[in-house]
Amino acid sequence: MKTIIFIEDEPTLQKTVGRFLENEGYEVKSAIDGETGLAMVKKIKPDLVLLDLILPKKDGFEVLKELKADETTKDIPVIILTNLEKTADIEKTLSLGATTYLVKANYELEEIVKKIKETINKNE
Amino acid sequence: MPIKKIFKELNFVEQCKKNSLTLWECPSFLFLIISFITILAILSTYIITVKYTQPEIVALIVIGVTAILFIINYLIVQGSEKLAQINQMKTEFVNIASHQLRAPLTGIKWAINLMDSNQAEKLTKEQSERLQIIKENNQRMINLVNDLLNLSRIEQGKLGLTPEKISLDKITRKIIKEHSLIAKANNTELFLDSEPNLPLISINSQGMELVLNNMIDNAIRYTKKSGTVKIKLSKKNSSVRCEIEDNGVGIPKGDQNKIFQKFFRSQNIMKYQTEGTGLGLFIAKAVIKNAKGQIGFFSKENKGTIFWFEIPIK
Repeated sequence: MKTIIFIEDEPTLQKTVGRFLENEGYEVKSAIDGETGLAMVKKIKPDLVLLDLILPKKDGFEVLKELKADETTKDIPVIILTNLEKTADIEKTLSLGATTYLVKANYELEEIVKKIKETINKNE
Repeated sequence: MPIKKIFKELNFVEQCKKNSLTLWECPSFLFLIISFITILAILSTYIITVKYTQPEIVALIVIGVTAILFIINYLIVQGSEKLAQINQMKTEFVNIASHQLRAPLTGIKWAINLMDSNQAEKLTKEQSERLQIIKENNQRMINLVNDLLNLSRIEQGKLGLTPEKISLDKITRKIIKEHSLIAKANNTELFLDSEPNLPLISINSQGMELVLNNMIDNAIRYTKKSGTVKIKLSKKNSSVRCEIEDNGVGIPKGDQNKIFQKFFRSQNIMKYQTEGTGLGLFIAKAVIKNAKGQIGFFSKENKGTIFWFEIPIK
């Protein structure tokens, strides 16, 4: 079973996305802030990370930067899932090594799962 | 009629109140005062020169009047600055409010997704119909918030649409596909007539999708039942041209010069289509201009409308 770590500070979103992904056959672990999320990824080495940008303790940019700087986690694909939509933010995360950038409000969960599947398959 | 209009323009008290400015901060009122003082100064200078012929007095009056005008001008500048500040605050408010609204709207959307996928078989027909209503209304709110966000970006000059080389044909087909359901529900047929081997154009793909979405959506929405919407893509000089033709309600002549204005909605469509923000075409124009393209339309009321735009080839 593929494992996904979802770093998101909004509990309702954590719950709905987590449940949806579990129904699709993924194992989902959630982290409520950047620091916890980062530690979790380093420990578990999941198949994919779903990362919000506005997070307590350590924001998504910082988490992404540290993940990509670490030899053991740099190849884990990261999908940004946020409601920020500034071109500068998108370009920054992509240049830091994020695979895809998705604006939450504009995507149905089915579409997000499709992106996750594509990304994991490509990475194998 | 024109006199009435002039008086309406001159109704400073109301105008200033609307902008939450006092009379002494209100540029239009201060301009009137300046004009009065200038006329008075000219008249009094004339009278004094005729009566006394002493250049010192005239010089004194000119200095005095200049000082007064200087003070009033200062007030005008301050008033304008305050107006600009209010405008900036409004834009920022829209920006913050929209971002804050997006989080709970996403929560609702995804919870519906979950119910839709997971429990579909357990929901009664009535329940799933109600779920669809929630879903549609939630999407309407998301669209509205997106429109407001785009508006505030345009007003702040931060549309931030980096141009890319894209295929208009490919994007148009995608948007048409996304509209197939709503077109079917409206009994409208969508046709695409695309010239083969169209060159790539230079525009941001997200922006292009936004424009096509708005235009195709309008064409379907404002076509009465059993209409047709024809989309034509062709090469024209050093641009690619897109025409979206409907046989819908059309735009009344009197409304045609306002159609790209912010929040404008034509009277004839308000009668039977209350949904809409009046932002779609305003945003579309901003995106097309941003890509150095052109946009326009021909329309006849009760016959239909052709919206067109042209984007330079990369």
